[in-house]
Amino acid sequence: MELWFTEKHTPYVQFSIKIEKQLYAAKSEFQRIDILESREFGRILTLDGYLMLTEKDEFIYHEMITHVPMAVMPHARKVLIIGGGDGGTAREILRYKTVESIDLVDIDKMVADACRKYIPQTAASLDDPRVKCHFEDGLKYIRHHENEYDLIIVDSTDPFGPGEGLFTKEFYGNCYKALKDDGIMVNQHESPFYPADSYAMQRAHKRIFESFPISRIYQAHIPTYPSGHWLFGFASKKYHPILDANWQKWKSLDIKTRYYNPKLHAGAFALPTYVEDIIREVE
Amino acid sequence: MKKLTQENAPVLEALEKLKQMRIVPFDVPGHKRGRGNKVLTEFLGERCLSVDVNSMKPLDNLCHPVSIIKDAEQLAAEAFGAAHAFFMVGGTTSSVQAMILTACKRGDKIILPRNVHRSAINAMILCGAVPVYINPQMDKTLGISLGMSIKDVKKAIADNPDAKAVFVNNPTYYGICSNLNEIIKMAHANNMLVLADEAHGTHFYFNDKLPAAAMRSGADMAAVSLHKSGGSLTQSSMLFINDKISEGYVRQIINLTQTTSGSYLLMSSLDISRRNLALRGNKIIDTVIDLVEYARSEINNIGDYYAYSREKINGDSIYDFDITKLSIYTRSIGLAGIEVYDILRDEYDIQTEFGDLANLLAYVSIGDRPRDMERLVSALSEIRRIYKKDSTGMLEVEYINPKVVLPPQDAFYTNKEESIPLDKACGRVCTEFVMCYPPGIPILAPGELVTSQILEYIHYAKAKGCQMTGPEDMELNNLNVVTEK
Ligand SMILES: Cc1ncc(COP(=O)(O)O)c(C=O)c1O
Repeated sequence: MELWFTEKHTPYVQFSIKIEKQLYAAKSEFQRIDILESREFGRILTLDGYLMLTEKDEFIYHEMITHVPMAVMPHARKVLIIGGGDGGTAREILRYKTVESIDLVDIDKMVADACRKYIPQTAASLDDPRVKCHFEDGLKYIRHHENEYDLIIVDSTDPFGPGEGLFTKEFYGNCYKALKDDGIMVNQHESPFYPADSYAMQRAHKRIFESFPISRIYQAHIPTYPSGHWLFGFASKKYHPILDANWQKWKSLDIKTRYYNPKLHAGAFALPTYVEDIIREVE
Repeated sequence: MKKLTQENAPVLEALEKLKQMRIVPFDVPGHKRGRGNKVLTEFLGERCLSVDVNSMKPLDNLCHPVSIIKDAEQLAAEAFGAAHAFFMVGGTTSSVQAMILTACKRGDKIILPRNVHRSAINAMILCGAVPVYINPQMDKTLGISLGMSIKDVKKAIADNPDAKAVFVNNPTYYGICSNLNEIIKMAHANNMLVLADEAHGTHFYFNDKLPAAAMRSGADMAAVSLHKSGGSLTQSSMLFINDKISEGYVRQIINLTQTTSGSYLLMSSLDISRRNLALRGNKIIDTVIDLVEYARSEINNIGDYYAYSREKINGDSIYDFDITKLSIYTRSIGLAGIEVYDILRDEYDIQTEFGDLANLLAYVSIGDRPRDMERLVSALSEIRRIYKKDSTGMLEVEYINPKVVLPPQDAFYTNKEESIPLDKACGRVCTEFVMCYPPGIPILAPGELVTSQILEYIHYAKAKGCQMTGPEDMELNNLNVVTEK
């Protein structure tokens, strides 16, 4: 029997992975959750049929969304993760011993519970004593916090479905308010390639650019995401993403990474011309 | 024949049957189930176009209902506690006008609050009725007009014993209700009809946490916008009457202005919405109430904003309040409601119902999701953080007591009319409407005296970004007035 997981990257392009078996399927209040086992990518988490992570390539995404801001702010103590119920982002942040607490706010507890059971590679972090999980709407949570966090990481799903509110101006504005005076916000910034993703990416950048004095974009290559070319946003009140990076300090922490390194950090902010053009249009 | 129940939807069922019959259409509409208009069909969908059909035997006729439309209207009447229901396809405007045209002939008086929708005054232009306005009480802080005070209604009835009807907003756009039961008692004791504009009151019929619904309280006629809180398609509406009003006469009145090609899209949406409300309305409205109560408490926690509710009830001009209404006082952050309305749309991609000089109204209904409410609340919190300023110097809105010099019809159709610059119009009698839209409540109606206070209000509202509608000169630089002898 041939069992395949297929995601439509556009109405005319699809991406498929051969599946060995389905480990979990459920419908939460917010979305459909599936966990699949594959030969090539190990275990796979999908939400409403969209691939969120695979055991094989999740390190790229999770290293890039965390170590870039942490190299700029290795002294961060209080971190907020919005989304990220799979635990991958929290796992990377936990590698910094000076981080005192991580608040993780995800709307869907069922995702976290399913990952705890089937994808401990990322979700084991959720049970660390420094991580406090809040299962509620991120937009609501952030509204009630002010001048509190050093770093906010927006590890959201796509800007349609339950993650929609995390791509709005009111959300970014509230993040600004919840950050301390030198705070940094990093977000999952979609892909520049296919038109629909690219449009969402441009709108998100426009809103962040309006809300933060420093707003830059960096990239990574993630094999299982649409087009493989993925972006992250770096928004900050004070620190420049490259000029203020504290490489020495970061190297001294001796954190073993597989994708991230200081040279790549600086290079990741150098974007293809067509991507620069999309971004400039809204600045 | 099997007795129909609220589970039935006769118009829907007939249209479904029609689809199966695969009738060859040599009648209008000429798009022939969409085949003749590919772009439209692609845009609206084949299923939609396939039921955009004309009256025919299996589908009855809205101008003269004898079968499925009659059945659907009967079910609606039962669901809303009326003797008869009319499916309306010209908006609640057509329902309001049918009420006034039924109750009044040329020269007949009608008692009504001045904060009525333009459709009520338009009806007076059509039939020549003469308004007896009641000053709706004003909330000084919020700057909104309220309901009618009982003593004012009593006085208007005593002073005008020949009036034919009392017209009531149930509720106002802001959710405020007058003492409907008492007004009905007084009006009926004086042989006057009670006509209720329930454009914003559909949900009252299906949940007992809400103010009294007109037909259930004994009103004679009610115009109910199912397309607002009821979930039907834009432009669909219902008119209800009790058993003292002649159904045949009302239908004649409706047919004076109603299309002979009533849309089955609109009618099926009324039928389906009625069924949904009758079967599940109570639960649906409970959900809306919970969502709005949550939003109100979150918004009041932000600071400065005031999302008001039942605590405003005062036993008279605010006899009751519709808790599904999310009206928010914004002047306390130094911004007019219309300014917040514009920022929400331009900066935050959030469209609210309307903003006036001091308040913002977010329309919450069957279709809203909690996560969208989080966006609204968060955006309001951000707007306060970013835009808050000193609120001194903002215009205090006061009720402008209209001076009715001529009945609306006489003024509108006068042949002694001239167009003069707006600012020169002080002291003259206006022959047209001026209103902020929405809410579409006239600042000036035909036959009313223009005062300096009115001009000041118009200039202020224009400066704040309100859209002024009504006059022949769409820019409102000029105003039509009665020529002076
Ligand atoms: C109080 C009131 N009555 C009547 C109407 C007319 O309704 P419609 O727009 O459906 O014609 C409105 C519409 O805004 C209204 O607010």
